[in-house]
Order: sequence, then structure tokens, then C-alpha cells
Amino acid sequence: MVDLSVDIAGLTLKNPIMPASGTFSEELAEVFDIECLGAHVTKTITRGLRDGNPTPRVCEVGSSMLNSIGIPSKGVSAFLDKVVPFYRAYETPLVVSISGNTADEFARLCSEVTVEGVAAIEVNISCPNIEEDGKAFAIRPSSTYDVMRKLRAATHLPLWAKLTPNTGETPEVARAAQEGGADALVVANTLLAMAIDIRTRRPKLGNLMGGLSGPSLKPIALRMAYQCAKSTTIPVIGCGGISTAEDVIEFLIAGATAVQVGTATFINPTAMVTVIAELERYLEREKLSSVRDLIGTLIDEEQKEGVVFMEAAP
Amino acid sequence: MTSVLTRPASAAGGRAQPVVFERGLAVLSNDPVNGEYMRLVLAAPREMLDLCRAGQFFNLLCPALGGETPYLRRPMSIYGFYPERGELHFLYKVAGAGTRALAQLREGDALNVMGPLGQGFRIDDDWQRLVLVARGVGLATLAPLALEANRLGRHLTAICSARHPDLLMSIDYFRELGAEIIPVTDAEGTSSLEHLEQVIEERVAGPGIDAFYTCGSNRLLTLLQRIGKRHGIPGEIALEQQMACGLGMCHCCVRPFRKGDKTVQLRVCREGPVFDIQEAMPW
Repeated sequence: MVDLSVDIAGLTLKNPIMPASGTFSEELAEVFDIECLGAHVTKTITRGLRDGNPTPRVCEVGSSMLNSIGIPSKGVSAFLDKVVPFYRAYETPLVVSISGNTADEFARLCSEVTVEGVAAIEVNISCPNIEEDGKAFAIRPSSTYDVMRKLRAATHLPLWAKLTPNTGETPEVARAAQEGGADALVVANTLLAMAIDIRTRRPKLGNLMGGLSGPSLKPIALRMAYQCAKSTTIPVIGCGGISTAEDVIEFLIAGATAVQVGTATFINPTAMVTVIAELERYLEREKLSSVRDLIGTLIDEEQKEGVVFMEAAP
Repeated sequence: MTSVLTRPASAAGGRAQPVVFERGLAVLSNDPVNGEYMRLVLAAPREMLDLCRAGQFFNLLCPALGGETPYLRRPMSIYGFYPERGELHFLYKVAGAGTRALAQLREGDALNVMGPLGQGFRIDDDWQRLVLVARGVGLATLAPLALEANRLGRHLTAICSARHPDLLMSIDYFRELGAEIIPVTDAEGTSSLEHLEQVIEERVAGPGIDAFYTCGSNRLLTLLQRIGKRHGIPGEIALEQQMACGLGMCHCCVRPFRKGDKTVQLRVCREGPVFDIQEAMPW
């Protein structure tokens, strides 16, 4: 019997597999018993009502997906009245993903979702900060630090900062998030990308550009998870293109303590169930008693000084 | 391909009951029905077919065949479901990477499907005289409605539109199910909106119409909204949108709808794909 449990800043997960925000909701419980997951992570909400972006909101690019959904939200009260109670039927910890256009609005929401039944808050700091030229908070270390300070003051719950790949300063942003009060890092959100219909010469997404997810994002997210694990002392939760147990193992070896499975669920709704079972089989085969024995075991002595903080192609 | 049974024997109290299947199903046949459309017949388990309703859809994991590598699942409305003989049917037009790959499937191959999904057609107890109006592959979406009307013993008139009489989808099928067929085609010059309006108005005045059903066409939507409002006849429309998850998680497939004086965004996969015809907005 192998031990799949991991600890994320004091929160014990029965296994390291959880859904990525935006690719999971109550509806997945219609396909399988979601109690088997390490955590439940809700779709990002904002305080107020939001319609989201124009359609088409999704298209496929090779074996990956582009989306620009725009965080449609029914607001915080609908969330607290309807969504949080749904998950009380489960023992699996509930992680609530939130976002805000300004640091103060973000912090207010952070305080409002600090309620019974919520185990941790994932702060989606990859969203645009409208007070600072619309660029995502997590693009720069300074705006990351400032927003995390305000969020930290707004809740006693563990804060997971979700970083963006759309930065050239991954280690600096990761350290700024930790210094600002993050208890864990989710690495990472989707990568800004684009697709054009050559017949109509129009963008394939209604919002012109969107976020790339799926297998082609994986090596980028893996590189970032490694950088973040090396440059901070808080747990890293890998996220980006993870579809198989092999992908999960790669992230754990790179230093992630847990992972989020996102787009893969759209292709195979039971992908997480399969990944948990295969991860367990892998550990048995490798005669490892705990999944924790894999974390951060990358053999990188000779190269690490040079590449950890590299942000340019070698 | 392995068959994944994802439905637990029982779910604990207070929790959602799994009601959506993800399964690899065997292909029984996959043949052209005319120059443009193919019919795919899958062997499906009784418990899956018993959950199906006319108007619902499945999200198909199209195989990597024929040099195609479709990635996202493709939503496809149910063309027919037959619990008594264990068959699930889809009708499709080969249009893109997903359907080109589907067209490669042969008897004995497996296709992974997820469903049934979404809200099907509503047929109220006092809706005795049903009229469906559709064009092209839209007729496929409405075909299970004919099956349901037949099972419920309702009178159905199918106004079937196409470019050419050879492309009139499903009319034999409708006829077998006891529907009255009114074909209209571009080639014969009978498919204009003016002519359709006249045909429908004659039926409103004659035997009467209790409900309209349509799908896919902006022109038919606005025509039926107008006639429906004029005479107080309810109706439903099946709509499409680019989808990803098919379950309601991703919010990719929204469309705008009128609710009172507000416009709301609803998910085609979840609140639909069948909607109230007066709430649907032309696009």
C-alpha cells in the first residue's frame, strides 16, 4: 500500500491530483465520484457579475486548446449560497479560486470567501490589474508582492498564488509571491496565444487572443514549476498540460508537491481518476512507499546554478 | 480501447449521482446516406440508452485516423436511440478534422463517447399537433423528435428544407414514423421564407399547431418567432456553439438569450442545446 498523501502548507491532501480551476465544477460529479480527488478547485469568481468574453471562446490548435472565456461570474453571494454548500457533502478539501481587477477588490473578495467549508484560497493573480496598465499582477515582482500583501491581510486561510507564464521574471515573481504571503504557488496559468482562420482572415477567438493549454504547454509549465521550486521554500503545485501519470511524475521530480489536471479532463472526463490509479501503480513498481519520495528528486547538480534562473534560450 | 464504466454502484447520500457515461462503444456501421451525410451506428448499453432523450447530444472523442488528429471532443446530437435493440445513431456531414476522422471508422472499431448530455425537447401533455421546420443536417437533430412524437402518439408535421430534393434528410425516416412531410427545396423554388410562412399560416388556420420545433437556421428562427408571437404558439429551438467540455464546466459554449428585459448568457451544453424559441436571439 503506497502513501499518496501530500501536505500543502498544513493542508493534507489524500493524493496530489486535483483539477485546475476553470476545468472543474459540480457537473463533473455527474461523471464520476469526485471524492477520489486530492482537492476540489472551483472556477475563478469575481465579486460582481461578469458576462465573460464574446464567442467563439474556444478553438483547438494542433493537439492543444486556445480559450478566452473571460471569467464569467455570478458573483460572490451566488457562489456562497450555491457552490460552497454543494461541496460540503465531500470530505475532499475545497479550494476556491478568486480574482479581482484591483488589489482592494481582490482582497475584499478574499475576505468574503473565508467561510466554513473552504480549505484554501487560490488567488488567480494572472488576471489583468486595471490599476496598472491592464497587465496581470503576476507579470512583475512588484505588483505580485503588493497584491499578495493585501490578500494576506484579508484571510487566515492558506493562500495559493496562481502564477502566469506570460512573464520574463518567473523566479523573481515566485519569490515576491512568497514574500508577500503566499503559502503555495500554482504554476501556471495559460500562455497568451493566438490563432487565425486563414479562410476568413479573422482571429479564431472572439476576443482576438487567448490562453494556450493542453500538451503543448506542458514543457513550459514544467520549466516554470522547476524554477519556482528552486527559488522559493513554499510548495509548488504544477499545472499546465498534465494529462498522464508520466506527466505528473515529471512535475513531482521537478519539485512540485502536487499537480492540477485541466484541459485533459475535457478530452477524457475521467483523466484524473486514471492518473491517480496509474500514479499508485508506478510507485508500487518503483518500490516507493510514499509519493513524497519523488518530490524534487531531479538529478541536476551540475547544471542547476546556470539554468535555474535562466529566462533566455540557452 | 477499453470500456470505462464510470458509474459507481451507489453514491453516498447528499452527493451528486453520476448520470453521464464515458464509454468506448463498438461501431456497427458507418455508411453514407447520401452524397453529403454519413450515418454512424454504435452498439450501446441499455442503461445508457434508457437515459437518452430526443434533443440531447453526446461529446465524441474522434479517433486519430486518416491523418487527422482532432483534439477536443466533438458534440453531436443524437439521431436515434433504440434501447430495445441496443443502438445509438448519429448523422453527420464530413466537414472538418473531427468528422473526417469519424468517417474512417469501420465496423468493429471503437469510439469513445460521453453522454447523454444537455436538455432535450419538451413535449407538453396538451401539445397534440407538433410542427418541425428544419433544413439540411438540422433535420437530423430533429429526427429523434419524430421518434418521440411517435412514441407519445402525437401528430407531427415535418417541413423539410434543402437545396435539392436529393438532399432532403430523413424524410423517409419521418414518414415511417407517421409524420406528415412537406418538402421544400431551393431547386424547386419552394423554400423561400414567404412560401414557408404561407404554408405554416395555412396550417395554423386549418388543423392548428400546438408547438414549433426548429434548429440551426437564423431565418427559420425569426420566422417561427414571428408566427409564434402572432398566434401565441410556443416553440423550441436546438442550438449549436463551439464546445470544449460538453458538461458545463468551461463556459465556452454560451449564447445570449432574452429573459424578460435582460439578456443572459446560457451554456448550450448545459441549459441547452434545446431552448425556448422566443428567448433565443438571432445571430
